[in-house]
Amino acid sequence: MNYPDNLKYTQSDEWINPEDGTVGITDYAQDQLSDVVFVEILVAVGDTVESGSEIASVESVKAAAESYAPVSGTVVAINEDLADTPETLNSDPYGAGWTVRIEGGDLSGLMDAAAYQKYCEERA
Amino acid sequence: MTEFKLNAEPRVVEPTVFELSSPGRTGVSFPAPDVPLADLPERLLRTDLPLPELAEVDVVRHYMHLSNFNYSVDGGFYPLGSCTMKYNPKINEDTARLPGFTFTHPLQPLETVQGSLALMFTLQEWLKEISGFASVTLQPAAGAHGELTGALIMRAYHQARSDSKRVKMLIPDSAHGTNPASSGVVGLNIVQIPSDPRGNVDLEALKAECDDTVVGLMLTNPNTLGLFDEHVEEVVRLVHECGGLVYGDGANLNALLGILRPGDIGIDVMHFNLHKTFSTPHGGGGPGSGPVGVAEHLAAFLPAPLIGILEPATDELPPLFGYETPARSIGRMKAFHGHFGMIVRAFTYILMHGAEGLRQIAEYAVLNANYLQARVRSTYKVPYDRICMHEFVAEGHIEGSDIQALDIAKRLMDFNFHPPTNYFPLIVHEALMIEPTETENKDTLDRFAETLIQIAEEARTTPDLLHQAPHTTPFGRMDEVRAARELVLCCWLPENYGEQE
Repeated sequence: MNYPDNLKYTQSDEWINPEDGTVGITDYAQDQLSDVVFVEILVAVGDTVESGSEIASVESVKAAAESYAPVSGTVVAINEDLADTPETLNSDPYGAGWTVRIEGGDLSGLMDAAAYQKYCEERA
Repeated sequence: MTEFKLNAEPRVVEPTVFELSSPGRTGVSFPAPDVPLADLPERLLRTDLPLPELAEVDVVRHYMHLSNFNYSVDGGFYPLGSCTMKYNPKINEDTARLPGFTFTHPLQPLETVQGSLALMFTLQEWLKEISGFASVTLQPAAGAHGELTGALIMRAYHQARSDSKRVKMLIPDSAHGTNPASSGVVGLNIVQIPSDPRGNVDLEALKAECDDTVVGLMLTNPNTLGLFDEHVEEVVRLVHECGGLVYGDGANLNALLGILRPGDIGIDVMHFNLHKTFSTPHGGGGPGSGPVGVAEHLAAFLPAPLIGILEPATDELPPLFGYETPARSIGRMKAFHGHFGMIVRAFTYILMHGAEGLRQIAEYAVLNANYLQARVRSTYKVPYDRICMHEFVAEGHIEGSDIQALDIAKRLMDFNFHPPTNYFPLIVHEALMIEPTETENKDTLDRFAETLIQIAEEARTTPDLLHQAPHTTPFGRMDEVRAARELVLCCWLPENYGEQE
């Protein structure tokens, strides 16, 4: 399982890049979901989101799940490619599988990679 | 990720009806028209009619072959968790086909359908007695439609008191998956309540959400872990104290028949699944039926019409049954009177069993589930391991192998068992949700348990046998991912008809 050091993490298994506010679901999350077959981004560029509000709906062959905003802020970009290539959430969760970009967020309540890894291992 | 070697090519090939078609073959001969031919405009006429051409016998054999690919309760053990796939007694089919029921129409004058109305009235009364509710409607088409009916009634109740700030439906994470969907359709905000380590509703989490914006709580009890909530009275009290109502998802009522009446513990509204608890067919065998029962304070909101007694019986005459509209009814939920054929079947089932028989149904359903759980729990981890009700949830994960719940489910098909529900509830990793029902004997339960134990052994010794399962079915392992990603739902289009030749 991959936990990049430069990212911050939520208890609901999202990551956010402190440098540019890019958000996605973690390697652990995509592994739990198994093959993702459908992704719908529920917010639009310009929307203001609250930390914990739904930003994306993700369906796999096993289950349907929601992805939540790790921080409050303004949505400045969404990954429109995911509608056609939902499998990138599995193949590249920290890269091409990003979901949205949120600006202006306060990251102080989030976990670092070590804390998130421990949190995942406790649930295994 | 495990790489599956997909082997979904058909082992027994049944062509499509279009492939079986041969020009000029026919199953029916139309008589010569005995009225003058209409002169239709040219633009409405077509020169071709690309339908398959087959004789009657070819059509019958084609669909017989396809039907033999099917799996049914009449064909084998069907432990599909939370679906209560019990055997459906054939006497139900006899009564539902009595000409007095089949040759009637809901728009006939009341006086000519008194038998049907008497049956519906009696079933309403029996369901009230079984559940402890004050009033029952038979209209809803199935379980989730019953939930929708219940959620509309709950909303109407608060609106009638001008309490418009209530927008929140609390739903435990061990509830049936339809509960949030039904509340969502009504426009309510869904708040998920986590389970505690014993599989009960987490009381602290519930308390934190109980405020004056709560419409109610939708409680599945026994829940989807097959566990009876040990604090159900406390859960009901907390919701009532904040002004909310408690909806009972009655899909698991099979475990409680004759033992506990949901109305007696303060549940305000509940749906029944006649197609689970009361043995009417489901899963492609027939429509469902989801009557809803309510406590006294909600009776005025039930859908209309209910079946009532318009004129009481006299010394000479039986009562006159007819239709009643509750004072603040939410309106109609279904054309006419619901799925009447299922109402006749459920009536028959209750009549055949009687009060003592209904209690035995619950006792044997719970006994069978606990027996099976006891036989497999040392092989498959049961994460919420305590006395279960009518079903239990095991983890489809074998220590020291990469086998998943899906592989185990597919392998079970090789032994002519229907797989259990898998990957639900979501709170159990690799969930296998097993509900044997009361209609299975000990031999079947033993055979199933021994098969599960054998599969666990295969997972360690010959994992590919599981990765590639099933091996004995008409089709092998399907590519579920591709089927979900590439939504090509039609393999034959009329404009391509010429390419068939």
